[in-house]
Amino acid sequence: MAAAVVGAAGAGYSQKELSCKKKDEFEDILEERWQSSDIQFAMKCYTPAIYKGLSPCKPGTLKTIVLKSEQVQYVIKQLSKETGESSDIIQEEAMEILEEMGHSLRLGAIRFFAFTLSKVFKKLFQRVCVNEEGIQRLTQVIQEHPVVFLPSHRSYTDFLLLSYIMFTYDLPVPVIASGTDFLGMKMVNGLLRMSGAFFMRRTFHGNKLYWAVFAEYVKTILRKGYAPVEFFVEGTRSRTSKTLTPKFGLLSIVMDPFFKREVFDTYLVPISISYDRILEESLYAYELLGVPKPKESTSGLLKARRVLSENFGSIHVYFGQPVSVRTLASGRINRSQYNLMPRHISQRPSKDLQEFVKDIAYRMELIQIENMVLNPGALVAAILLQNLPGMDYDVLVEKTLWLRGLTLSFGGFLDWPGNLSASKVVRSTLTLHSNLMNLVDGHVVLLGGWKEESRLTEELVFQWAVSVLMCASYRNQVVNVFVRPALVAISSEMAQSSKKEDIYRVFIFLREIFSNEFIFLPGSALKDFEEGCFLLTKCEAVQITAHEIIVTERENSMVSFLSTMFKPFTEGYQIICRYLSNDMTQAFTEKQFSSGVQNFVSQLLVTGATQCYEALSRDMQNNALSTFVRLGVVKKIQLANGFTFCADKEAVNKTADKLGSRIPSEQRLISRL
Amino acid sequence: MASGTSSQLAQRRLRIISGHVQPPQTPEALSLHPCRAPTAAGSIPKRRQEVLKWNGWGYNDSKFIFNKKGQAEFTGKRYQLGGMVLPALREWMEKTFGASLEHRTTSQASLNVVPPAIINEGFLHDLKASGISYSFDTEDRVFRAHGHCLNEIFALREGLFRRIPDLVVWPNCHDDTLKIVELACKHNVCIIPFGGGTSVCNALECPEDEKRTIVSLDTSQMNRILWIDEKNLTAHIEAGIIGQDLERQLGESGYCTGHEPDSMEFSTVGGWVATRASGMKKNIYGNIEDLVVHIKMVTPCGVIEKSCLSPRMSTGPDIHHFILGSEGTLGVVTEVTIKIRPVPEYQKYGSVVFPNFEQGVACLREVAKQRCAPASIRLMDNAQFQFGHALKPQVSSIFISFLDSLKKFYITKFKGFDANQLCVATLLFEGDREKVLQHEKQVYDIAAKFGGLAAGEDNGQRGYMLTFVIAYLRDLGMEYYVIGESFETSVPWDRVLDLCRNVKERITRECKEKGVQFPPFTTCRVAQTYDTGACVYFYFAFNYRGLSDSVHVYEQIEFAAREEILANGGSLSHHHGVGKLRKQWLRESISDVGIGMLRSVKNYVDPNNIFGNRNLL
Repeated sequence: MAAAVVGAAGAGYSQKELSCKKKDEFEDILEERWQSSDIQFAMKCYTPAIYKGLSPCKPGTLKTIVLKSEQVQYVIKQLSKETGESSDIIQEEAMEILEEMGHSLRLGAIRFFAFTLSKVFKKLFQRVCVNEEGIQRLTQVIQEHPVVFLPSHRSYTDFLLLSYIMFTYDLPVPVIASGTDFLGMKMVNGLLRMSGAFFMRRTFHGNKLYWAVFAEYVKTILRKGYAPVEFFVEGTRSRTSKTLTPKFGLLSIVMDPFFKREVFDTYLVPISISYDRILEESLYAYELLGVPKPKESTSGLLKARRVLSENFGSIHVYFGQPVSVRTLASGRINRSQYNLMPRHISQRPSKDLQEFVKDIAYRMELIQIENMVLNPGALVAAILLQNLPGMDYDVLVEKTLWLRGLTLSFGGFLDWPGNLSASKVVRSTLTLHSNLMNLVDGHVVLLGGWKEESRLTEELVFQWAVSVLMCASYRNQVVNVFVRPALVAISSEMAQSSKKEDIYRVFIFLREIFSNEFIFLPGSALKDFEEGCFLLTKCEAVQITAHEIIVTERENSMVSFLSTMFKPFTEGYQIICRYLSNDMTQAFTEKQFSSGVQNFVSQLLVTGATQCYEALSRDMQNNALSTFVRLGVVKKIQLANGFTFCADKEAVNKTADKLGSRIPSEQRLISRL
Repeated sequence: MASGTSSQLAQRRLRIISGHVQPPQTPEALSLHPCRAPTAAGSIPKRRQEVLKWNGWGYNDSKFIFNKKGQAEFTGKRYQLGGMVLPALREWMEKTFGASLEHRTTSQASLNVVPPAIINEGFLHDLKASGISYSFDTEDRVFRAHGHCLNEIFALREGLFRRIPDLVVWPNCHDDTLKIVELACKHNVCIIPFGGGTSVCNALECPEDEKRTIVSLDTSQMNRILWIDEKNLTAHIEAGIIGQDLERQLGESGYCTGHEPDSMEFSTVGGWVATRASGMKKNIYGNIEDLVVHIKMVTPCGVIEKSCLSPRMSTGPDIHHFILGSEGTLGVVTEVTIKIRPVPEYQKYGSVVFPNFEQGVACLREVAKQRCAPASIRLMDNAQFQFGHALKPQVSSIFISFLDSLKKFYITKFKGFDANQLCVATLLFEGDREKVLQHEKQVYDIAAKFGGLAAGEDNGQRGYMLTFVIAYLRDLGMEYYVIGESFETSVPWDRVLDLCRNVKERITRECKEKGVQFPPFTTCRVAQTYDTGACVYFYFAFNYRGLSDSVHVYEQIEFAAREEILANGGSLSHHHGVGKLRKQWLRESISDVGIGMLRSVKNYVDPNNIFGNRNLL
């Protein structure tokens, strides 16, 4: 039934309905799979366009080349000198690392995946939409330069999906840097290897040999143009659907061959993958609440197959404009910094280089965000979250329609079926998320055991939190689109002044506090502020004069909507501050901190002192902690067995005050105007 | 030996005869100029225009033309290629550049619109009194206003110069030069030394805003070999002698310097010293800095020279290194004592074909490592190899053409070389016969390890010929909207491949970006090997039809290419020098302190900037 509704919605899709600026036509690659044989598809003639400078080599040869490379040999010799270990033994260690790490890309495995994934995708998804123009751009650039795929990471499906798309379009399948957590999965890890995955340990701090071997492995693949390299700038799957702040290690490795001019250029391809519904949605919610993530195991995967009977809507994959590292670096990098040392000896990257890599990492994520196709579900979730435990259906439809307009004018890349009435769109969204929300008697409610009358217990709080966090993860798909105008709006409330400079000061503070939650390009606070102001002016929410920002009365609801949308964050951080301020222990570990906050928050929730369920999220707790460390509010002390933390109470209170200085009552706000 | 004596006899006779012919001079003048012996008969006359092109490279009688049948031909009898038809060249030009015989450009007939000469009367008066030869003739002045950079030749053909020398002087000897520099200091005029005029870094370009009289000091009349010391194997020569005359005259005594830069037909010893020149056979004879034993230079503060002819000294920083590469900013080199060697008994060319450039470079690296490089070893990339083929003369017999196709078949089909990948190393061996053959075997054995196949003497020889005629080819190109230039660098071994690839790629991209309609021709060769690196030489040319400001576009692309070289760890220049073309990068190349050192030397030696060509700093 559910499938039928969504399917019907899907049938009438043509791409003009995809909003605005992007002209790219999306193509549903499953369409053909419905019509022709999957076996034939898997066995089709596969001759991908390849890099012009390709020097072909087998996965085994690749490992030998890496092992024999000057880079690795140099480190082996160094280590041998330092440790007194014979270099043969270290060499063997290096080989073991390579064996653990290396992929063994094989056409057979790719065909196997092509077949099974066709089956699986058809079961799970309505459509898999790919922007064709992006594919064309990619086809060109792949032949000219080494290419690095930088997809967003929301699900394990991501990399299977990308390789599947590459196969479909007759493009070379990438080799993929994935975490060694997969190594625990028997068979599957072998299959993944054969489909091009290689594995990196999550941490290898201080392991020089591992770092050298790994870096050289990746660089050799790039230099030889062996295959596109794929990895996730976010480092791991985002459990919250919010883009995670970038990791820099791999990015600097893939750019290194260009910095050393071993290749003429390298192209980065930001890829945005968005899901109407994420396979791991409930799993993530549990993880965020601290129920440990099940270790990846093959049997676990088999158990998870029950998801096969559910409907997960559509996937949109947007291949962004490939970006030339050479162009990005032009004029920003001291070009002769590698001239005075042999290139195989790794040097600490210079400051300008580190800055550059960081900047590019953020830029790539911002492009991912910009190109991320948003779905109506995100809008419905955002509205519903402001009206818990439920709201009138008609109001929901009306508000969703309103939010649609707002999203579009903020530049969101919204996928809205134009030929359907808003009501139908909302209804099909509700059907898609029927495990989460429900329409009863013209009333939409979030499922999850909310009982108005009964006294809350910790267990009920937990149950409800799962639903709220799941719902929040859909809202989170759009938060980065709204964050700049929203922070301006919140700042204008908090500043208790309409003076631009006062508001800007608060904006800077908030941007700093939330820079782990949302993606801001380092060093561009003013630009962010101006963008926020511009967008608010554009939809007439504020009027900006030379020195003042004034909230217009007519669009006051918009400002309060935006500030409510981000309330979980402002309030959550405040609560965490309160926890730190009340906490009597001298020093604490990260674990103690998490469980402490968790207890503290659930007490507040049980007593009804707050409604901020999102403060239960491990993600928010960790972000807050590292932000506080960065700002010096909390001190991080390295001990022999890890880190401990110690809060500076005064600074914590100050931060809490700053966060709490907003005036909640709308009356105050209006009276000021 | 016999020939040496006879030439000395001839010299003496000449001197006696000229004594009769020359107008009587005052005894005073004679005693003032003991060195005023007759100038040796050089290959290039004082009035260069009698023999050399005014708006292009080399001799008037030597050039590429398309004959009535539309086939390319090289005129004149000076070169091996002279009078030959080159059937493949036209197609190569059409294919490589999209050039067409229908689209021609024509040079102006002469450059007679020149800025009027600024005359310093006092200087002129004293100069006249000194009896030193001079000229205001427009042609003489224009001839010495430029080197052979593209923008200069373009200006000759289609434009004009904003500033040229006001006066040309021809000192006959060191003392004349001394006199001229003294007068220049006295009257504050600017001197720009001129040797063979083959500069390719805008070193001869007159600074546009120079308000003083610019005197072009042409050293061409100081062209004698003053003595040869066979015991120590040195020769003392005047700095104005050109390479070919020097080698020919030394050859008459059974010696040579072995210094053979590609420009040796025209460039002078003084010019070599002033630019830090490098010769093709440096592996045996060394570069100019290795060859000079003693240098005499006239500066505004006087003469700088060492007091003995010792082979090496530990006397503080070597003052020769202030002079070598000073590019005419400190003074004029007048006399040089240079190492000489007996003319080698035996010379043999050779060539090796490699399956690809990478293998070729690896081979050259190994040769350098084993320190067994022949007199010359050069590796041309595929494009240059094909270019060489385009310059193959029409074969006279069917048999040779049959042999050629057989060779081609053997290499491409039998050995599986890809005709679009393979590249050629050209070799030149020198020494006594037995050792050459032994040496040859050693090098070919190394080459074989890198997949190299011996490809005969002819290919080798043609490779070297190419370097002498390439400059003529540019003139042909310019008639058909094709402009180009060569540039060079030196780079550590491990970066050679990356640098070659990236620079070519960069040029191709820049051309595209700048709206050049046809992909450019870019090619390189590894021209010299050293223990730690190599000299890489690039040619780059493109069809500029459809561009409004071709020279500017060209300059932007050349700029980008140099930036790319520097980013790839290459040097600013291996032997062309800095001049004014590459000044902007000198500071980053040698550091602020380095610039300061050079500047303080300049300030001491020439505080009034008499040698005001403004090169380097």
